[in-house]
Amino acid sequence: MRFGVIVFPGSNCDLDAYYLVRDVLRQPVEYIYYNEASIGHCDVIILPGGFTYGDYLRSGAIARFSPVMKAVADFADRGGAVLGICNGFQVLTEAGLLPGALYRNDHLQFRCEQVFVRVENNSLPFTRSASLGKVLEMPVAHGDGNYYAPPEMLYVMEKNNQIVFRYTDREGNVTSAANPNGSIDNIAGVCNRKGNVVGIMPHPERAGEKILGSKHGLIIFKSIINYLQSREVV
Amino acid sequence: MKYYAAWKEAKALQWKAKVEITLKRAVLDPQGIAVKNSLKALGYEEVDQVRVGKYIELTLEASGRKEAASRVEEMSRRLLSNPVIEDYSYTLQEAGL
Repeated sequence: MRFGVIVFPGSNCDLDAYYLVRDVLRQPVEYIYYNEASIGHCDVIILPGGFTYGDYLRSGAIARFSPVMKAVADFADRGGAVLGICNGFQVLTEAGLLPGALYRNDHLQFRCEQVFVRVENNSLPFTRSASLGKVLEMPVAHGDGNYYAPPEMLYVMEKNNQIVFRYTDREGNVTSAANPNGSIDNIAGVCNRKGNVVGIMPHPERAGEKILGSKHGLIIFKSIINYLQSREVV
Repeated sequence: MKYYAAWKEAKALQWKAKVEITLKRAVLDPQGIAVKNSLKALGYEEVDQVRVGKYIELTLEASGRKEAASRVEEMSRRLLSNPVIEDYSYTLQEAGL
């Protein structure tokens, strides 16, 4: 099992993701640069947070045309596990690998704080170790995290169980006060139709050790490790 | 005269596109609301709606208006706008001459 962390110009959570996988989870991990044509022999691809290409034009809009994204799209097409965190989520929506779009927070502020998200779908490679409705605490740090999808798209996503995380309060109630950015239906994370590509706006990789205030983010990484191990046995 | 014709022809290949990108009507525009509130605070009570968008100017070479339009159209769809949340429109004019 091998993790790959994509490094775009302007990524800044690449080291956080790399550190978590290597030093906390003790799994093999490598960086893959934006201009590479291949993702090598990786089994999981992480698109980290940051400000790729300065967020010029729109967050993720330029990074999605990086050479490596062709390899990421092919990998996703073959059912490979892809996780986009924060800016990585924005890159995946811009690339059309995930539905919807992320734009300016409704209050126009950059938000850097702890939030709670509820697991809405625990049948995915990235969520299978979590119980349904489990409330996870992790930080957000973004200015463009306002998730939007038109009603007809939301309807289809809801039907296909593509809404993976919602912002809630500590008890798991969906409230507007718990929504840090104005996202429609409090959506914090979504997946593609097949469920192998997931995007999440909060940072699970920054919630992996007690010293950071929460270890809840680990469950996402443990899920994917568990998934890949079960596949290796078969 | 020959050189003038060649120069004129080369110039005619230059087009200027002005692309406007706006959030779709159904999408809330937080910047527009902030600007509207600020205008109201300045006493412009008559202001009803404010939408903030982007304006992109670019020049390109194309053999004619039709080709230029189709290229600008493609650029707007693929990169300049995000069709999930934004609409685009553009105008084209011959540049140079």
